[in-house]
Order: sequence, then C-alpha cells, then structure tokens
Amino acid sequence: MAKQIVQITVNGEPTDVLVEPRDSLLETLRENLEMTGTKEGCNNGNCGACSVMFDGRLVNSCLVLAVEADGKEVTTVEGLATSEGLHPVQQAFLDKAAFQCGVCTPGFLIATKALLEKHPNPSEHDVRYYLSGNLCRCTGYHKILEAVNAAAESMREGA
Amino acid sequence: MAEKKQWRVVGTRSLRPDGMDKVTGQAKYGSDINLPGMLYGRVLRSPHAHARIVSLDMSEAAKMPGVRAVMTAADLPDIASKLQELGESVADLRDESHNIMATGKVLYHGHAVAAVAATSLHLAEEALKAIKVEYEPLEPVIDVRYAMSDDAPLLDPARKMRGIGDEDGKPSNIAQHFQNKRGDLDKGFAEADYVVEREFYNATIHQGYIEPHNATAQVHPDGRVTVWCSSQGHFGIREEVAEVCKLPVGMVKVVPMEIGGGFGGKTKVYLEPLAVIMSQKTARPVKMWMNRTEVLLATGPNPGSLIKCKMGCKKDGTLTAAAAELYFEAGAFPGSAVGAGAGTIFGPFKLENMQVDGYDIVLNKPKSHAYRAPGAPNAAFASECVVDELAELCGLSPLDFRLKNAVKEGDRRADGPVLPRIGLIETLEAAKNSPHNNTKLAPSSGIKRRGRGVASGFWFNGAGPASVILNVNADGSLTQISGSADIGGNRASLANIVAEVLGIEPTDIRAQIGDTDTVGYTSVTGGSSATHKSGLAAHECATKIKEEIIKRAARIWETDAENVVYDDQSGAITNKADAEKKLTFKEVARQANRTGGPITSEVSVNSGGAGPAFAVHIVDVEVDIETGKVDVLRYTAAQDVGTAIHPDYVEGQLEGGISQGVGWALNEEYFYNKDGLLMNASLLDYRMPTMLDLPKLETIMVEVPNPAHPYGIRGVGEVCVVPPLAAVGNAIYNATGIRLYNTPMNPPSLLSEIMKSGLAELPEASD
Ligand code: FES
Ligand code: FES
Repeated sequence: MAKQIVQITVNGEPTDVLVEPRDSLLETLRENLEMTGTKEGCNNGNCGACSVMFDGRLVNSCLVLAVEADGKEVTTVEGLATSEGLHPVQQAFLDKAAFQCGVCTPGFLIATKALLEKHPNPSEHDVRYYLSGNLCRCTGYHKILEAVNAAAESMREGA
Repeated sequence: MAEKKQWRVVGTRSLRPDGMDKVTGQAKYGSDINLPGMLYGRVLRSPHAHARIVSLDMSEAAKMPGVRAVMTAADLPDIASKLQELGESVADLRDESHNIMATGKVLYHGHAVAAVAATSLHLAEEALKAIKVEYEPLEPVIDVRYAMSDDAPLLDPARKMRGIGDEDGKPSNIAQHFQNKRGDLDKGFAEADYVVEREFYNATIHQGYIEPHNATAQVHPDGRVTVWCSSQGHFGIREEVAEVCKLPVGMVKVVPMEIGGGFGGKTKVYLEPLAVIMSQKTARPVKMWMNRTEVLLATGPNPGSLIKCKMGCKKDGTLTAAAAELYFEAGAFPGSAVGAGAGTIFGPFKLENMQVDGYDIVLNKPKSHAYRAPGAPNAAFASECVVDELAELCGLSPLDFRLKNAVKEGDRRADGPVLPRIGLIETLEAAKNSPHNNTKLAPSSGIKRRGRGVASGFWFNGAGPASVILNVNADGSLTQISGSADIGGNRASLANIVAEVLGIEPTDIRAQIGDTDTVGYTSVTGGSSATHKSGLAAHECATKIKEEIIKRAARIWETDAENVVYDDQSGAITNKADAEKKLTFKEVARQANRTGGPITSEVSVNSGGAGPAFAVHIVDVEVDIETGKVDVLRYTAAQDVGTAIHPDYVEGQLEGGISQGVGWALNEEYFYNKDGLLMNASLLDYRMPTMLDLPKLETIMVEVPNPAHPYGIRGVGEVCVVPPLAAVGNAIYNATGIRLYNTPMNPPSLLSEIMKSGLAELPEASD
C-alpha cells in the first residue's frame, strides 16, 4: 500500500511521518514515532487506554487514522509534564495511588485533563460519566475518583 | 510476634518508586519495545470450536510481500508429557505446547493454527489470509453436563479418568475425580434440623487485564534467546520457553517489562515460543501482541463450573455437615482450578463432617487458567448462598450465623490442615461494627427494590522462592532489585520494608525488577505471595546491609562492632565507647570504598508460612423489577490483611477485588452459540464494570499480623474477589425474594425469575 507523509504536531512538535492510509494514529504514535506512552487495550474504541487530545478534542487514537491527523495537534501523555514538573492531574494520580498496573493511566490522565478543562468542578456523577469510556480493571475506580477530585482542586487553585 | 506493632515506615503511604514513570508514559510495558530490524508476528486462529485439521498449506503465505517466516505446530519440538508448576496451577507441558499451537485437531474457537512474521503488522495480517487450512468440523462440546455424558464426542479419545477407585477404563472427557473427606457425613446430616441443597452454575469469564498478552524475542547468533514480555513471573516464563522450545534454561533470558494487569492470567506462555521460533528462523527480533479478540478467545479464562452444595445446621445455627460436588470446565486440556475450589468451598466454616468431590472436565473452550483466587469465587458462590438460606431458617443475621461457625486458630481447615493464627472472627466483628452494617437500608420504592447481602470468603495464600539484591550507592541511596513482577505496587512495599530496617526513607531507594540473568530465581507474583516472600527476602537482605554498615562504622572508628549502635528509628549510628561519635547511613555509605569496598547484599529465600486470608463483604443493591437491572448502591469489604505494609496498595487490592467480583456477579460471561463459537469477544460485548457501574467503595483493613513474618505480612490480593458473587446474590434475594443460582445475575435472567414470581408483570405490548 502506498505510503504518504503526514505532518502531525505531537505535543507541540511538528513531526513528519511516513504512514500507510490504513495506519491508525495509535499505531503511528507507538510503532512509527516510538511514543509508547499511549496504550493499546482493545484497538476498537472500547477501553480508552489510547486516549489522546486531537485538536482539543478527546479521542480514542485507535479509531483515528494517521492520515486524518495531517495538520492536526495531538497531545499524548508524554506531553503533560513540563520542565517545571508534573501536570496537576499526573501529580494527583501519583499522590492518591490511583493506579496499580498503570496501563490504563495514560488514558485516564488525558481524559481527566479534558474533563477538568471543561468542567473545573465536576460532581461525582460528572466524573463517573465522563470517564466511563476508560476501563480500569485493577482499581475499582475508587482512588481514581479521589485523584480526579484532588486534581480538580489543585487546578482550580492554580487557575 | 502476634500483636500489631507501630512501625516507622511500614504502614505508611510512601510514593511508589515506579510511579513517576507510570504517570509520564515512560514506563515500558511489554509491547512498548521497538528493536532495530524488528518483525511483527501474527497468529492464525481456528474459526471452529472442534475440528480436524485435514490440511494446512503455508506456501502461499510464505510468498506474500514482507513475510520473513511462517510456522505451524510442526516447527515446535515434540515434547514429552511432563507436569510443570505454573504458580497457581499445574499443567502438562505437552498440553501446553499443543495449546500454543494446535496439532491434528483444533479444540476451541481461536485455537492457534499457524503464525507468520512480516516486516509490518498489516503485511503479517494479510499473509494470514493466504494460509490455506482445510477443516473437518466435529461436534463441539460446550456444556459441562453434556461433556460428561456417554454421548458426548471425546476431545481426546486416549484420555481416561484418573479417579479414586471409580475408574471404568473407558475414554472420557472427565480428566480427574478426587475427594476430600472428614468425619461422618450421614451422622452430620442426621443431626441437622435444617438442610439446604442447591445447584449452581458459573459461566466462563475472563480476567480482563487491560494490557493484551505480548512477547518479543531475539535469538542471538550463539543460540541464546532474549525474550521481553510482561508476565507475572519471568522465571516461570523462562522455564516454559525453554521446555516448549527445547532449549537449555540457561540459554534463555527473560526481561520483565511492566505488566498491565494479570490476575493469574499472565503466568504462562502463549506467544513467547512462537516469537522465539520465528526469530530463530529469521535471526531478527520478532514482536507479537494479541488483539483483544484473541485475548478473549484464546488465553486462559476462569473456568465455568457446576456446583452442587448441601449444608445442614441445628436450630441454633451450628453447622453439622456439608457436602459438595464441583464440576469444573478445564477447557481444551485438563487442569482447571477445581482443586482450589474444593479446598476453599467451606473454608470459613468450622466443620467436623464434610465431603467434597471435584471433577476436572475437558470441553471445547479455551484452556482455563488461574484467575485471582482460582476456583474460590465459583465455590463460595455456592456455599455462601446456601449459608444465607440456613441463617434465615435459623432466624440469625448472616453475620451472626457466620460468627457462630467461624474457624479460628487451631481449628482444622475443611480440607485438612490445622489453621495458624487467622483473623476471621475479627473480620466478621469489624463488618458487624462497620458504618455500613449500622446504617439502615433506605426503603424500597415502587419498582426499585433494595436489599443487603453478606458473604465471606477464604483463600490459602501462597509462598515460594524469592530473591532480592540491595546495592548501597555512594550518596547513601540504595538500589533495590527484586525478582517479583510488580503488578500492584510490591516494589513500594519492599522499599517500605528496606527503609524500615535501615532507618532511611523510601525515597532513598531506587527499586527495579531484575531480569532472569540479574537476580535469583523468584516464583510468580501469584497466590498472593509476592509481598510475603519477597518481603522476607527484602527484610533479610536489608538486615545484612545493616550488619555491614555497623562493621564499616566500627572500622571508621577503629572500635569493635559491638560498640556500634544502629538506631533504625532515627537512622543514627552511635559509638558506645565514645558518646561524641555519630554517623549516619549516608556517611558510612560515602566511605564504603575506603572501608572495605562496595556494600551489597543478596538474599534468596524459599518462604513458607503464608498466613491464610479471610474476607467479609456487605453490599446494598437496588433491583429495578421492570428491567431486572441491578445497581450497586454501597459496598464494604472487610479483610484480615495481616500488616498493611503499604495501605494504599492493600486498599487498592480490596477495591479491585470488589470491582471484578461485581462484574462477575452481574455482567460478565462468555457467550457461546450452538456451534461453540464465542459471540462476545470484544470489550463492548464482554462488559466489565465502568466507573459509572460502581459506587464509592469502603474498605476495612483488619490487621491480624501473620506470626510467620517479621512484619506480619499476609497476602491480600485474592481473597477480596471471593465473596462478591454470593454477597450480590444474597442482596438480590433480600431485595426481591428471588434467589439466583447462576452467574452472571444479569437483567435477562433476573427478569425472567421476576416474571415467574409474579413480582412484576410484563407491561402490555403497545403498538
Ligand atoms: S485501544 Fe483504543 S479504545 Fe481501547
Ligand atoms: S491500574 Fe491496571 S487497568 Fe487501571
């Protein structure tokens, strides 16, 4: 299959990448760009492990083709921390022990950031509803809820 | 040591050493590896549940673009039948090999038939389509009752039942029958005022870890093999790869990658040998990972089971006898968790007269494998629902009935051994005193019926070999290398132990998991054994470092080691001979090379004495009697956790156990059609609990230290999934008066019982 070059701005860095039209954004991030922070849990839109921000929108990167990302901005878990330190969402997940195996964590971090940027003060139901597209098999979500609340608080204070 | 002690670091919520990498995406999981020249491997799987492979032609596939290797079972060495310990189960290596790739017959939908390695994933997938397989379909055997009948087709005509004198010498799908027996069953039932006997069925379900199985192999020119994969025990993976590929174990190195959940399911090989064989053929690294459909179709789900359970008690609630027959669906090859199911079914109850018969049955489903407290949740669903009925007959609360019959230290376990110090009574009392138990259930209204259920559970907890290395760095930090795969935070727990012994902070410790060439043999992170056994090794290893630090301080002060006092509370090192003299761990570390060389220590143990674990759960549900949907309103899990070395990760185990148990109770199920094909092999249709399906979870850590461990560690990871099925079932009964005997207790099955009971009527059809 003929390959083509697409330019995706990944975590602020314009990046040229050679892809096949059938390559998903998830595959392109993981296999071509070796940005393996974004995880594959199902490859068909049912687990949220592959969540990334796509031009400001939360998407499952396994359901986006790399060619669709041409000219778009993508934020992955690798783009959350800065030289100043962790993003408040990362810090909260770490402090609240909101993961065990951690494979769902990159997806939850991205989805939580998306949630809190839209709804800085979500109710418990808001959090559960908004994050119900992200599966975690280890935690029972209890500590994730606590982490999201802690992150919301620290982001509100920081704002 | 029996009473709970206060420690300085043990029991604190230190940050986990691997946490930073996991929130930044830097942690490397199994399929995160990319090597130069790497090929991608894919597997062709059977579209039939039971069929003879008439012919298999790889020639076209081998010629497809980008394809560098193809393989079938013919490429796997023929190996002799040999039993292998897999941590939580035992398997025959020959069966393992035939499970990895079918020979002659395919035995379940998704059974691997062939594999290819190509320069890209898509090219490998295209090549699979060019493989020509001719099958002769055979009648599938999906139902366990049918599998046992004389009419059922045989999966293996050479298989005869291993029994207890009841062998008839005829070929059978029943691979084994065993019996545990104590006391006089007839006498026990004769003494009973109430006897309840019921039959239960659990559908096959999956562990549901979010990270699919994966393996990357690189064969080196001298024949050595390196395998990178995520597993619960890389030493076990090394042994299996060596056996299945007929390589000396010393030629195989397994590098543990971060693991994205296992729950028992990642203690055996599926892809690893295929990646090795295709790397051998190409001299290139081969990476493989399963897609979600493959994970559900062709890994090792929890066995479905049919359980007959009969228990009797006196009017005052004293149990007099219990009997059970457990029929477990091993899947395509023998070796289900029926042994553990039989050993746990009456675990929480003091019984003098009991008999448990276990049957291991093959049928056309994937070879079942360990899932968190393997066999115990199936078994407890039966016994804990029957106990709920007996409690009601006696007019006792479910907690009081269990308190009356609770086992304690010195009692004989239902399956034989005498119990050491355990905390069931304390756990039942904690549940009784919990805020949950002391808050009235909000009343039902209209079609929403509320109920509360209780259940308990028992798990043995395991032990085994484990190794830990500690290296002291010049800045007083410490490198900790352990052999236990870390799924749920055991690196953090070990760091707490090391810091406790040495009077330093967990943040001074860089913790990592060593590969099979780096650290001594360590058995799987399974059986709730890792923190116990590696904790023993870590404690001893840190103690040796401490002794060495004392020697070095003595050398610095030119005094006898007896004069050196090392206070593990403050970390201060003082000199009895000279009160002016003071050192710290860091100061001694800095001078290591001037006082005798590097300070390191390595300890391997073969641990015993894992303390058995008990859990008691309380759940409130709300049943919509027009739809049969059950919502969980409130959930409390009380558990004897020994000493909570790291409370965050102990609570995490309890919370995760609840979540998996609720999914199992209400939703999860392998749904087979009449041809034996799995119809719901995706995470949309195999529906695990989402964040919306669960309430806040309440956990009560009851700490009855395990006397066989310096800090009182007891395994915590498994018993928490034992009670939920029965707790939810008992709550549904409390809400509706309807008892369900099958899991999942999903809307269709509950609604049909609601209809039969007349609790609700089907609304008039409107047009
Ligand atoms: S991998 Fe994309 S949603 Fe699961
Ligand atoms: S922490 Fe393991 S899946 Fe969420």
